[in-house]
Amino acid sequence: MHELSLIASLFEILQEKAEEQKARKVVLVKLRVGKMAGVVPEFLRTAFDLYKDGTVAREAVLEIEEVPLRVRCRACHAVTEKEDFVFVCPACGSTDLETLEGMELVLEKLDLEV
Amino acid sequence: MVKKEVLVREEILGSNKRIASEIRSRLEAGGVLTVNLLSSPGAGKTSLLERLADVLKPNHPMAVIEGDIETDRDAERIRRKGIPAWQITTGGACHLEAKMIARLLPEIPADIKFLFIENVGNLVCPASYDLGESLRCVLLSLPEGDDKPKKYPKAFATADCLIFTKADLMPHLPFDLRRAEKEALEVNPKLRVFLTSAVRGGGIAELARYFIERRVNMLQRRHA
Repeated sequence: MHELSLIASLFEILQEKAEEQKARKVVLVKLRVGKMAGVVPEFLRTAFDLYKDGTVAREAVLEIEEVPLRVRCRACHAVTEKEDFVFVCPACGSTDLETLEGMELVLEKLDLEV
Repeated sequence: MVKKEVLVREEILGSNKRIASEIRSRLEAGGVLTVNLLSSPGAGKTSLLERLADVLKPNHPMAVIEGDIETDRDAERIRRKGIPAWQITTGGACHLEAKMIARLLPEIPADIKFLFIENVGNLVCPASYDLGESLRCVLLSLPEGDDKPKKYPKAFATADCLIFTKADLMPHLPFDLRRAEKEALEVNPKLRVFLTSAVRGGGIAELARYFIERRVNMLQRRHA
């Protein structure tokens, strides 16, 4: 349950960006959250709502895009979506896989009123 | 009033990552191999470090940073071995962050070869925080059960080595070592696996040799 400390880090970036843009308020915060980012989107929402009071994002809506775990096999180049965290290529059995996406925890964009 | 869309595309843990990279370059430049130990509470991280100290200390000076929610009991245990140790009490937080390690860096003696960081006992949250380590180890004690690698995939997926602990309890448990190892390697085929017992001392010398080798590799990589 480190979602609250993640939200604290998110607000550091968010406040900096809002100041840079001289925003009056933030209306939408969009995150990209990988399936293997190690966070629970529902807890992120709870933490976000707790944290936003009294900030420039007090009326903001949190949008979370969940990103599946996708890997590419370095042997046969097959790209697969992983549901099960088994890092074996289903096409050729190789274990030499490269993670394309699904680990990220990214502040994608902000909608502001300036 | 004007509406404006700003593409940010910044990692939320970006600032932790930047601090961690600075820590890693500083420690590696000083010849220190830093090891981050992850496990659930009670898996035997401190006992393992006490045993490792017996093997490493004579020729390989080491230091330990202990992370716990409360008390400095673990740091006390390590100090009793004649090893410098610092306790970080998080006061409730479930993981250590790079900035907590950065604050301690000025106190770390310059002549050490190994810095062990014992993370807060938790197989979930610590996996997301780079502490500036050169090597990450996940511990799994046999009494926890052989199904953990699939239940807590991120801790196993981000580690370099897996250390089974409390091997002396094997005869008393229904633990299937082959299943645990197989499932851990499915999550992360690159894991090096060790079987240890802090009580009997099994596997400790082998693990110490692995750390010594990894440090040599690190030094060669830096001088290449």
